[in-house]
Amino acid sequence: MVLGMSETLTILGLESSCDDTAAAIVRKSTGTAPEILSSVVHGQNDLHAAFGGVVPEIAARAHAEKLDISVEEALAESGIKLSEIDAIAVTAGPGLIGGVLSGVMCAKGLAAGLGIPLVGVNHLAGHALTPRLTDQVAYPYLMLLVSGGHCQFLIARGPDEFTRLGGTIDDAPGEAFDKTARLLGLPQPGGPSVETVARSGDPKRFAFPRPLMDRPGCDLSFSGLKTALLRARDAIIAEKGGLTEQDRADLCASFQEAVVDVLRKKTERALKEYLALSPDNPVLAVAGGVAANSAIRAGLETVCAKYQTQFTAPPLKLCTDNAAMIAYAGLERFQAGHQDDMHLAARPRWPLDKRAPAMLGSGKKGAKA
Amino acid sequence: MSHAPLNITLNSPDQTAALAQTLAPKLGAGDVILLTGDIGAGKTHFARSLIQARLGYAEDVPSPTFTLVQTYETGDTNLWHADLYRLTSPDEVVELGLTEAFEDAICLVEWPDRLAELAPKSALSMTLKMTETPGERQLSLSWTDDKWSARLRDLSFD
Repeated sequence: MVLGMSETLTILGLESSCDDTAAAIVRKSTGTAPEILSSVVHGQNDLHAAFGGVVPEIAARAHAEKLDISVEEALAESGIKLSEIDAIAVTAGPGLIGGVLSGVMCAKGLAAGLGIPLVGVNHLAGHALTPRLTDQVAYPYLMLLVSGGHCQFLIARGPDEFTRLGGTIDDAPGEAFDKTARLLGLPQPGGPSVETVARSGDPKRFAFPRPLMDRPGCDLSFSGLKTALLRARDAIIAEKGGLTEQDRADLCASFQEAVVDVLRKKTERALKEYLALSPDNPVLAVAGGVAANSAIRAGLETVCAKYQTQFTAPPLKLCTDNAAMIAYAGLERFQAGHQDDMHLAARPRWPLDKRAPAMLGSGKKGAKA
Repeated sequence: MSHAPLNITLNSPDQTAALAQTLAPKLGAGDVILLTGDIGAGKTHFARSLIQARLGYAEDVPSPTFTLVQTYETGDTNLWHADLYRLTSPDEVVELGLTEAFEDAICLVEWPDRLAELAPKSALSMTLKMTETPGERQLSLSWTDDKWSARLRDLSFD
């Protein structure tokens, strides 16, 4: 079953590769923009606040239970009946194996029971294709995927065709924000709390390192930044016995400025590589929770303006983990003629660009296995 | 039998990596290394260096903080790199499959205090501490299983 000249596809997407469990229904008719009919996310954010940390959902069983509820809610919210679904799209990796497995099993059951196609989706492709779901961005576009667990520059050329220009060789920026918050006694998740405190701080007080800035290419490193922050914090404590509110604000502001500087510089390099392809309407899209940081956003917008490139960031609820992006990525793969059978396997590791050399920092050597 | 802790000063991140590379080929299925130390102490740096040395080819070794576990195939033995910081109870360790991996894989475990009584008795404990000197780390190794004694004999840095 492939979409003809004027047909409508309705896809049910499932996502359970990380901490959240989600289901969504996306519909697309030929020649029109895709429509999100429903998008349900059973997260743990309320729980997180209570525990003062991000509590992962490890139990496959818990994901499985929440998947059933999510699917029911997604159907009810959209007013769509199961019999109207044309295909099931599911995150088949990368992620925590228990969660991914639950999603794949649930999707296989639904596809087999309904006698409809099954499409496995790479979780990262879901994020990377979101600008097409929200803004119908045309290929090829430059994508910065920046979240708690990921940071990479990709050129998206098609639903299955990504070129990785570079990425973090150690921590992701979201992780750096979380760890900064941990070191300074600020609440989790660290992104919003560090950003808030940074507003009243002096970004020039501490000269934190900008790792890999002097090295060519688009790879990034954020691990050393957290060590530098720790040293600066301990130096203040050793000197005056504790941190004042102002010290903490200055540490946050200086940290954030270093992250912005690195992202801005590397984005500029990635843009130059992308613009060499001479795209008709150049676009930089940013997805991932870190895109919510207004200092980072402003920094990226400045770079885009300099290179006459359109800047776009999907709304935050579609930047963080959700199933609408999985339904949409599944829809594009399905339209391109891709289907999976009951052998679809959960893959804890699944690089988007299989040809890209690994990110080791000190010289890229050898092919990716 | 309990052994006196082995204390080593690592002068630079490169020296931490060198130690990890020396240890890497000596590991096999059922070996568990518990990595203790504050944020920024170099736990992941040590683990990354060891994993890359065992793989023998270039591969991304991302921080496991968000995914909790990253697994690698090194030769005929699987290697698990875990960061248990986000866990709240030892039940979750079992749910992750870590207790099974302790038996048949090589495991590098960050924030092992979350294991509580599930920490294998045969594990090698490594504690990394930052010192006054930037880049320098104080490493302390302790173990009770005799298998580590011979493997650690030639690990010394002057």
